Parts: sequence; C-alpha cells; structure tokens
Amino acid sequence: MNEDQVAEQFIVDLLQFLKSSKLYTDLFNAAQIEAFKPSLRVSELRKGVQSGLINGGWDRKLRNAIYHYLHTHPQQPTLPDPEHNKEPLLYIRKAQQTWEKKILKSLNSMCTELNIPLARRRAEREQKDMAARWTELGTDGPDERPWISLKSPGKEPGSIPIPSAMPTSTDTWRHKNLGQIRPVYAPKDFLEVVAGLQNTNYQNSVSNGGSFYNFWGIIQVPVKLKTINQLRVQYSEMSINQCQTGVDDLPDIPSELFDADRAKLGNKVLAANHAPVAREFSKKGCPDSMRGEMWCQMLGVEVDEVDILYYEQLKTCVLQHDLLVDNLLYKDVKLTATNDDHYFVFEDYLYQVLLPFSRDTVILKHFSHNCATPPKSYIRGKLGVEEFAVVYPPNGVIPFHGFAMYVAPLCYVYNDVVTLYHVFRQMYIQYFFRLHSVSSDPQGIVALSLLFEILLQTNEPELFFHLKNVGCQPLKIAFKWLMRAFSGFLASDQVLLLWDRVLSFDSLEILPVFAVAIFSFRKSNLMKVQTYNAAEAVLADVTTLQVVPLLQLALFSK
Amino acid sequence: MSSCCPPPKMARLKYATDFDKSVLLNNFDTRGWVQVSTDDDWNIYWAGVHNIRNIFSVECGFRMGDDQVINHFPNHVELTRKDLMVKNIKRYRKELDKEGSPLAEKDENGRYVHLDFIPLTFMLPADYNLFVEEFRKNPNTTWIMKPCGKARGIGIFLVNKLSQLKKWSRDGKGNSFVAPTAKETYVISKYIDNPLLIGGKKFDLRLYVLVTSFRPLKCYMYRLGFCRFCTVKYNANVSELDNMFVHLTNVSIQKTGEDYNAIHGGKWTVENLRLYLEGTRGKEVSDKLFDDINWLTVHSLKAVAGVISNDRHCFECYGYDIIIDDNLKPWLIEVNASPSLTATTSSDRIMKYNLMSDVCNIVIPPGEFPDVRWNKVPAKENYGNFDLLVDEELAQAELLSQEVKARAGASNATVRGARDLRKPTTWK
Ligand SMILES: Nc1ncnc2c1ncn2[C@@H]1O[C@H](COP(=O)(O)OP(=O)(O)OP(=O)(O)O)[C@@H](O)[C@H]1O
Ligand SMILES: [Mg+2]
Repeated sequence: MNEDQVAEQFIVDLLQFLKSSKLYTDLFNAAQIEAFKPSLRVSELRKGVQSGLINGGWDRKLRNAIYHYLHTHPQQPTLPDPEHNKEPLLYIRKAQQTWEKKILKSLNSMCTELNIPLARRRAEREQKDMAARWTELGTDGPDERPWISLKSPGKEPGSIPIPSAMPTSTDTWRHKNLGQIRPVYAPKDFLEVVAGLQNTNYQNSVSNGGSFYNFWGIIQVPVKLKTINQLRVQYSEMSINQCQTGVDDLPDIPSELFDADRAKLGNKVLAANHAPVAREFSKKGCPDSMRGEMWCQMLGVEVDEVDILYYEQLKTCVLQHDLLVDNLLYKDVKLTATNDDHYFVFEDYLYQVLLPFSRDTVILKHFSHNCATPPKSYIRGKLGVEEFAVVYPPNGVIPFHGFAMYVAPLCYVYNDVVTLYHVFRQMYIQYFFRLHSVSSDPQGIVALSLLFEILLQTNEPELFFHLKNVGCQPLKIAFKWLMRAFSGFLASDQVLLLWDRVLSFDSLEILPVFAVAIFSFRKSNLMKVQTYNAAEAVLADVTTLQVVPLLQLALFSK
Repeated sequence: MSSCCPPPKMARLKYATDFDKSVLLNNFDTRGWVQVSTDDDWNIYWAGVHNIRNIFSVECGFRMGDDQVINHFPNHVELTRKDLMVKNIKRYRKELDKEGSPLAEKDENGRYVHLDFIPLTFMLPADYNLFVEEFRKNPNTTWIMKPCGKARGIGIFLVNKLSQLKKWSRDGKGNSFVAPTAKETYVISKYIDNPLLIGGKKFDLRLYVLVTSFRPLKCYMYRLGFCRFCTVKYNANVSELDNMFVHLTNVSIQKTGEDYNAIHGGKWTVENLRLYLEGTRGKEVSDKLFDDINWLTVHSLKAVAGVISNDRHCFECYGYDIIIDDNLKPWLIEVNASPSLTATTSSDRIMKYNLMSDVCNIVIPPGEFPDVRWNKVPAKENYGNFDLLVDEELAQAELLSQEVKARAGASNATVRGARDLRKPTTWK
C-alpha cells in the first residue's frame, strides 16, 4: 500500500469505528431532534442542525471520540503479517513467546501440584453467598467454598485443559491453601528475560563479540531512544521556572501566588471537556480534587449506563465461575496492598476491580498491538483442537507479583467502583501492559530500561561506574520501580503526581527519568556502598521523595 | 529570648522522666541532654499524669525554678477527664449564650450552630433522670457508656435499652447522697452511628495538639496525626452491638483482634485521609472538615482556659480523639493527657520521635535553657510539623499595630506571613 492508500484505509476504519459506536446513535437522535425544531427553516436545514449540534456540545464529543481513536490506533500500514503489527522484530517476538510458554508451564505445574482446576462453576448457593459478600471479599478470607479436585492437566506445554464438568467436594480449598499459592512471576524473573535479549544479527556484526551500544548496562538491544535534550523539550512544561501543582500549591504557600489561578483554570478546562486541553493542563500536575475528572477526560472514560451494565455483567461472570487466577489475584493483594500503610484501607476495592478485570474480554483487543499473545487452553479432551480453544484467563492477562498495585493508587481518586474499574482498564490497555511484555516499542519496558541505563550513564557516569564495579547493576534495583510504575514505592500523593505526567505527556518515559533522578539524589550515599545489598538498602525506602522537584533536577539541572 | 546569662552553644539540659520510652529518651540524648533523677534539679521533666498531682500539691512544698518546665498542667483533668471536659464545654457555651455572643447562636431545634461539636452526653449516676427523659424522646438511639476514670477502651459498652442501666439509676444505687468517685462515674454519650466509613470500616482520628499557655491561649496542631481503623467491617446492626472490634477504634482493643495487621497497625496518615477526601469528595468539603477540626480544638481549649491553672512552667501535648460522621462533620470524643508514646509500627516510631522532637523545639528554643520568663513565641523555623492554631497574644499585638497603622494613615493591608496559615478568622 502506498501512503495515500494507507491514509484512505485509516479513514475508512475510523468511520467504521464511529458508525458502530454508541455516539453515532446519540448523534443521530440529537440531529433528529434539531431537525424537528419548528424554528428551523427547511432551506437552512443542514446549517441549522449543525449549529444546533454544536451548541449542544456534540461537536466536542465527536472531536473527543476521534481524538481517542487516533490516540489508540497509530496510523500505520496494515502489514500483510499481523504478527508484524504486534512486534516487527523476530528475535523479540521469539523471546516473548518463550517467556509466555514459561509462565504457562509454571501455571500448569501449580495446577498439578495443588491439584486444582483452572475454572470451576459455582453452585447456586455459593454464588448467592459470594454476591452478599461482594464488598468485603477480603474480610472473610477468600472464598471458603468447596474446591474441586480434578485429574492432572494435559502435558502439552502452552495449553491447559479446562474440565467441562466437575464433581463437587467439601474441601475448603482456598481458605486452607492460599498459603501455597505463589505469584507466577515477579519483576526479577522478568528482568532476566529482558536482560537476556540478544539481537543475533546485530551481535554478529560486532567483531569483538560484545555490543558497543550500551557500554555498561545490562540491556543490549538497539532500540531507538530519545536523547536527554529531546526529553527536555518534551517535558518543557515541567521546567523549573514554571509553577507546578504538588509543589507550588502546598498549604504554607499563599494561594494567591499560584493555587487560586490554577484552580480557576482547572475548572475552565473541566468545563471545556476536551481531551487535548485536559492533557495540556495536566502537564503541570492535577490538583487532587480535579484529578478524577481530568484523568477521565484524558483517557476518554465517560461512564454511562452501558458501562455500568457491563461491569455488572463481569461481576456475574465472577460469581459464576471460580478461576485459578483469582487465587493469584487474592494472593497478590494479600502480599502487597493489605500490608501497605497507604493502601490497606482499599483492600476490598481491589478485589472488586481485579476479579472482574480478569473476565473482561475487551482487554483482548489490545493484543493486536501488543507483542504478547493471550494464553490458550482447551476444553477437556479437545487438546489442540482450535475450535475448542479458549483464552485463559478470559482477559488474557496472567498477573505477576505486584499487579494489584496498578489499581491501588486509583482508589484515592475514584470512590465509585464502576468508574474505578473503567479508568483502570483504560490505563491498562493504554499504558500498563507495556510494562510487562517484551517489545521493541519505544514505550515498552525494554526501551524504558535501556533509557534508564543510558540516561544514568550519561548524567552520572561515575556513579554508574562505581555501582557496576561493586557488582550492582543499577537496573537490578530500578526494574521493579519501572515495572510497577512506582506504585507501592512512593507515597500515594507522589505516585499520583507521577501518573499525572504519564497521562498528560502520554508517555511512560517519565518513569526511567524519575528512576535516574532517584539515583542522582541518593548519589553521595550510593558512592559509598561496596555491595549490592548496601546499594539496595540505600534505595529501599523512597517514600519520602518528592516527585516533581526530583524530575526537574534530573531533566533540567545539568 | 531569654534575658539571663547567655547559654552555651548547645545547652546541656538535665531531664527527668517517668517513661522508659525510646522515642523520648533517644530524642533527649541526641540533644546532648543528660538524664537525672526526678528528685534532682531537672530542667525538663516528662512526667506521667499520676505524678503530676503530687508535684503540684501544696503538701509537697516543691516550687519550680525559672529554668524548669514540665509536660502537664496541674489540673489538666478539666480537659482530659471525660466528664469534666463535657461539663466545661457545656458551661462555656452557656456563658457565651449569656453574653449574647454570636458564637452561641442556636438553630430552630435549640442546637448550637457553631459549638455543637461533642455528642450529647450525660453523667451517670448524677444526670440519670435527664438521661431517661432524653432516652424516651428517641428510644431507638444507641448510646455509649464510658467509665470516666479509665482509658484504652476498658469498661466501655453500647446501650440501646434502659434496662441495661439499672445499676446506675438513683434507686438502683441506693444511697444517692454518697458522691460517687471518678471510677464509678460514667458518661453516657449519643453513639455516632453514622461514622464516615472508608473501605467499609470505621476509624477515628488521633491528632496531637500542643498547648504552651492557656491565658493567653497558645496552641498548635500537629500535621502528622493518623486515623485508627477497625479491623472488622462496620455494621450498625443491633446484633453487633457488643462486638467491640466493630465499634471501638482503640489500638489497644484492635490489636487483640485476629485481623490485626502488625505492619501498618490499622494506622493511616491524616495526609492520606486528606488526599482521599479531596480526590473523591472535592476540595471545598475537605477544607471545611479540617477547618472545623481546628475550630473545635480551639474552642475545646477556650472552654477550659478559665479553669486551668495556667502555670508558666507547664506545657502539654494532648491526644485529641475525633470521629468524622458521614456528613463530614467532626465530633470531639475525648482528649488524652498522655497520648501513647509506644510505637506500634516503624512509621509510627518515626512519627512519634518527630512529634517529641518538634514539641521540644517549640517549648524550649533549641540550644537554650528553659526560662519561664520567655514570651513563648518560638521562631517559625522551630515549628517543625506543627502549625500554629492560635496565639492570642500575637493576634492582639497584630490587631493593635494595625490600628496604629490605620490611624497613621498607612495602608492597613495585612501582612500575611507565608507560613501563617489558617488563621482562626478564616474558619467561620
Ligand atoms: N460517641 C461515640 N460515638 C461513636 N463511637 C465512639 C463514641 N465515643 C467513643 N467511641 C469509640 O470508642 C473509642 C473509645 O472511646 P474513648 O476514647 O472515649 O475511650 P477511652 O477508653 O478513654 O480510649 P483511649 O483513652 O484509649 O483513647 C473511641 O476511639 C471511638 O472509636
Ligand atoms: Mg480515647
């Protein structure tokens, strides 16, 4: 396809998308109402309807819809091989596939070891009971209902059989055995995969066998990165001479200086309800009281009856079937949020988001541009027969240790579970999925890790060199921060200020920049360490750090 | 600043204490202070409440010197005993009412508009008849019975039937002429049955308030207070009335529950509460809530200012217990004279260590010896995490200087110190 054809196809797709959206029907109805207005002259029908729609705020809605479409559908030629849309580089694709097999295998062996099924239909009585406890799933301890044992799962790697029917037993399985459930993988396992990536073609061309691309770091993949100067331009709204929310609006600063005007402007922005405007505003941070709406506008989340119904439907799915991944999710919450000073009060909200999330097949759509592929399993007895393949879990996402922390900070912003759910889902398919799948995308974890290493190496060469010499590769410490988008490491208000920047600049690059900032800030202590453990100790507690001043330091001080 | 002999760079104060608490001792020791016995010539004595009465009693004959300070006011019980606090607040409101003060404004139901910040409370057995009258008016209300002389949730129970109170009725007690001791006296308060719930759980606030003088009133609010959460979901159902894990937020109670988490101890910072409230309910209502809390704190102190013996050697750091209801109205539950210095978690230890340090810096200018002739106006940089709530002396002085300026024809634009936040005048 040539460029024109690509553009044409894109428009066709966009129109197709709009026509099948709810907005189309709404617009149509609104236009009819305008057309029926007695004041309208037939000769001016078109003009009158148009201006009526504009006055009614419909053009904003249409613009927002197109904006969000453009945003989530990068204009690119549809490649003959859909695999290329997911990931153009073969060796990266291979690495992701190998990794997926490994995760599946470990999930499989957990099934076998603990003798539990992947899924089980709940009896009527159990469903009722769970529905009654829906808002307090954490309190009674997870589901104490009987679990069913089943025959050992299939042997073929990469597939897990789902039994079509199951006997009942009175084991209170989960209650007794949550202790045996372990996270399928943790950041450090995933770091091994990322660090192990090798471009065979590239490697061969270097005569000394080593890569010259990233001298000291552990990521040896050539991905195109922004330079510090490009980042400075990108993040210029954060420069030191500009007032920032979260810094210049603290209670002991007179509000006349910044806060009052900021609030006024914020209200105007919210009233305009236009995503790009909200983005511009949020580049300097969202005031705590406006964040909820601001984020919804930036993400294009506008919860309506359909969304509420949809959530209810997901909830029903949760009630109907007990999934093995539920155990992983319960376990993850128990290991993270439940013990966290900042998030323990929200424990029950997390179940209400995470369990429906695992049933949500809308998530599957993002796999068209994600290098990862949802795991499949087969109905019992039909192993390998495509018609009997099902995605497992239904959303295609196997949670890792710390997954719940993607949701936790949002509980400070949204009280209503349905809104919380939809915002989280949008953030996941727009950003978070990139933090745990192998890909060469500039927003992917590989590029972010490399950006961290290169920036640190450029900004703080002596620090990097010192740490490397004492056997402490900086990324080994920073990787978990990146993978969790810093959630659970910073104070809650600070994570939100950081995520403001992710959304408003529409980029995850702020994460490695901030990781570099932390290393710079703790430099004098880090220069003294002689072991990996000592370095880890210096960086173990970062809850006291202020995000914005540190970012400014890393971006603009040199 | 102190007028007598210029102190050395870091004055080596002598301290005495009844507590063997690391947050206290480490604090004093890092300042280079030296510990002495309580019988020695200490400069600062961190005393337990039980020793205060002796120290100030006439029989003891002990007189403090100008370089000595102590951490309690002699009759702090006027504020910190449940029944006395209620009495003093009731009297304060009546007095304001008599003066015709606008503060004592009442609504159509006869409720104070600005001073309705403690739950309706009666003393038992003294007010038994009054209580019965009130009970009959609203027989479906739940009440909470608390022994006046106890703490940490001991002896507390919920009441929703008069029969549960037989023991405290006048006739039940037999001879009504024998005045009951504090141990036998109870307060019975309207139970706040619509507490603000977060994650479905009830919590209360523990805030620290430092008073360095009652007349003129000088008081500070600590920013790093915390919420104490119940481990069990709240349930107003009568069947749960005797489940104290649902209703009492005391750490000493919750700690014994099986769902107690030792890592965070059910404690959530006030900063997080504020972040959550601003995020989910908006800035205006959150600001109002915290203004209301400051307001009730100041008026609870004003209510006792007249009766407290305002000894210049004294300062006191109170633990305020506040419950927020689901209309975001704060209710003062109790004031503790000796808030716990036991750290339950590591962040708790850091916070309490800082609290003690900040108290010391306000009470005694760093590096100096205490001097009771000092005007108790600490430098702003010594506030630490405290915010000044009120300094009546400073306020008075500012008012005067403004008048002078106004008379001199100077612009009377108030000079607002950048750190001088939330003046009382902005509250109502
Ligand atoms: N009127 C009320 N409405 C609702 N809850 C209340 C009320 N009064 C007290 N409580 C609950 O009971 C707990 C204990 O009450 P209070 O602080 O008055 O007693 P205490 O035993 O002296 O506690 P401590 O001395 O440990 O602070 C409070 O923290 C609060 O959770
Ligand atoms: Mg109390």
